Amino acid sequence: MSQNAAIIVILALIGGALRVSTPFMFVALGECLTEKSGRVNLGLEGTLVLGAMSGYAISYHSGSPWLGVLGAGCAGSVLGAMHGYICKLPRVNDIAVGIAMMLFGTGVAFFFGKPYIQPSAPRLGSFSLGAWTGNQEIATALQINPLLIVGIVVALVMAWAFANTKWGLIVRMTGDSAASARAMGVSVDLVRFICTTIGGFLAGIGGAFLSLYYPGSWNQGLSSGQGLMAVALVIFARWSPIRCVIAALLFGAAGSIGPALQSVGITQGYYFFNAAPYILTLFIMIASAGSKRAARDVPGELSITK
Amino acid sequence: MTDIAEPLPTVAIPSSQAGDLSVRIRRGAEYVVIPLLALGITAFLFSLFLLALGKSPIQFFELVERGGFGTAFSLQNTLQRSSPLILTALCVALPARIGLVIIGGEGALVLGGFASAVVAIPLVLGKVSPLFTLLFMASTGMLVGALWIGIVGYLRYARGVNETISSLLMTYIGIAIMNFFVEGSLRDLTNPNKPSTMPIGDAYMVGHIPGTDVHWGLIAGIVLSVLLYILLSRTTFGFAVRVAGGNPRAALAQGLPVGKLIIICCAIAGACAGLAGFFEVAAIQGRANASLAAGYGYTGILVSFLARHNPLAIVPVAILFGGIVASGGLIERRMDLPDATVLLLQGLTFVVLLTSETLYGRFKIFQVRGAADRT
Repeated sequence: MSQNAAIIVILALIGGALRVSTPFMFVALGECLTEKSGRVNLGLEGTLVLGAMSGYAISYHSGSPWLGVLGAGCAGSVLGAMHGYICKLPRVNDIAVGIAMMLFGTGVAFFFGKPYIQPSAPRLGSFSLGAWTGNQEIATALQINPLLIVGIVVALVMAWAFANTKWGLIVRMTGDSAASARAMGVSVDLVRFICTTIGGFLAGIGGAFLSLYYPGSWNQGLSSGQGLMAVALVIFARWSPIRCVIAALLFGAAGSIGPALQSVGITQGYYFFNAAPYILTLFIMIASAGSKRAARDVPGELSITK
Repeated sequence: MTDIAEPLPTVAIPSSQAGDLSVRIRRGAEYVVIPLLALGITAFLFSLFLLALGKSPIQFFELVERGGFGTAFSLQNTLQRSSPLILTALCVALPARIGLVIIGGEGALVLGGFASAVVAIPLVLGKVSPLFTLLFMASTGMLVGALWIGIVGYLRYARGVNETISSLLMTYIGIAIMNFFVEGSLRDLTNPNKPSTMPIGDAYMVGHIPGTDVHWGLIAGIVLSVLLYILLSRTTFGFAVRVAGGNPRAALAQGLPVGKLIIICCAIAGACAGLAGFFEVAAIQGRANASLAAGYGYTGILVSFLARHNPLAIVPVAILFGGIVASGGLIERRMDLPDATVLLLQGLTFVVLLTSETLYGRFKIFQVRGAADRT
């Protein structure tokens, strides 16, 4: 590979990280909040797909992509609320309900999404961080979408709130020990219900990004496991919102290895490079699952790491 | 970790009452009545949903009956589809008994089918006898499936990697591996339409059960269900699995090889899904291509949960859902519904079913006085 091609690939990876990472970021932040409160919602893959569909549909009918983003968040919070409600019943297993919600969310999205596969809805705009260089390629690679900024802000707010506010303390306490939360007079079920609902809202916004910005249209193959990878990513990020953002950027870069190599003419093994994010996730899970640091940071009530 | 594996009713009863049939029936009835109730509620909710859309629920259930069970043709179509469902449900049920939620049956099916199609190529070209070829294909498919889910079990035990997430990730990886080869080095260039491996040819296909249009996969599925039921409920191995599933720490304290049990359970489970892939290739498709990933693995999860991970109950539940899947096309055409209708119905069933878990132990009629507190 010549030096020029290497630069193109690196630029494409950075651009990819900035472009592809947003849905990972939102789903991971949503899951981070849910898991901090002591529950696992594996159904965010379904939430992502439903968010993508409803965001696209609302943007198409209203003409406003931002209304679409809001609608996607609301659709996501409905799924989150369902998960939160069902899991508070005794003897119900949150992981199994997550699998069911994955299937249910996808089913609802595909069922109502059929009429929106053809028409094109107004999409979200973007601006470039690299415009000042005057170099067309760099400007294109450094395109930033507004939702990325929103995601980073949400992560900062979440990190601050966990550490510095009463609400953050309540969520962390519920996640670490339901018994002490109850002793403090906190309703564990209510906290978890709210956290799962907000988590669903964030994941829904991540879905709206898929259909309204990149790839920027609605079809049934839009999300293939991003929601699930984001859930795995939270373990890797050790339940820290800031590390969730960094991990999402890393995943975005991994996801664009295939297209980046293709842009310089390397098409051999296209399918393998497309599988890179899944393989990376698996290796990250293997590396982080048994680590002492993860064991220290994990919310005590979580069933996913036991 | 999870308490999804219910002990078999026969085990839960103290020995003094084991022979008392009415006790066994009353305790067992709970595991039948509540899932049926969940199915009823699902049907009711789905009817309301159809009414809201201005469609007729009665027409819907008529079409399920006609498209899935009504005629000899549709019944055979249903049975044909329930065979991979039985096998992929077994892939969920067995690990569930030891406390693992594995949802990667689709990946093991795809790779098992793909591997069996690949090893068939030299044997078919070398004109080896069909019987040997098929046996070799089946064992390869099962071996690859066993390895695939076995890895998940190993990672769970050795590294504490969450098996639910890892098994689904491995499904995506498995499908990517098949696509890589099917679109690349192993592509049959004489077939320009759809990237596939070389067809194994009619002479090498698995035949039908005499007198029907249903392939032998159904028999294989039923036999395996019975065998695994016996394995779980009548052998020391099965007992050890149930102990480890109920309380891993107690199992370890008893000196049971929990890690080995987990890996063996996962391997057997993967072998079942791999066998499903073999039958899809050798009895239906004749070659490996993207059609292998038809979603049987995901429906199998639902089947297993509905059957409460009991291998014997899996067979009728798989036939029911085979019928719903089989009638999907007819329903969508006649009622002008999108092709995701069956998926939506499955999702709804799953959600209602898991919600119904909370009802266990709530009905007095199923409780046997004196027995419950001693188990």
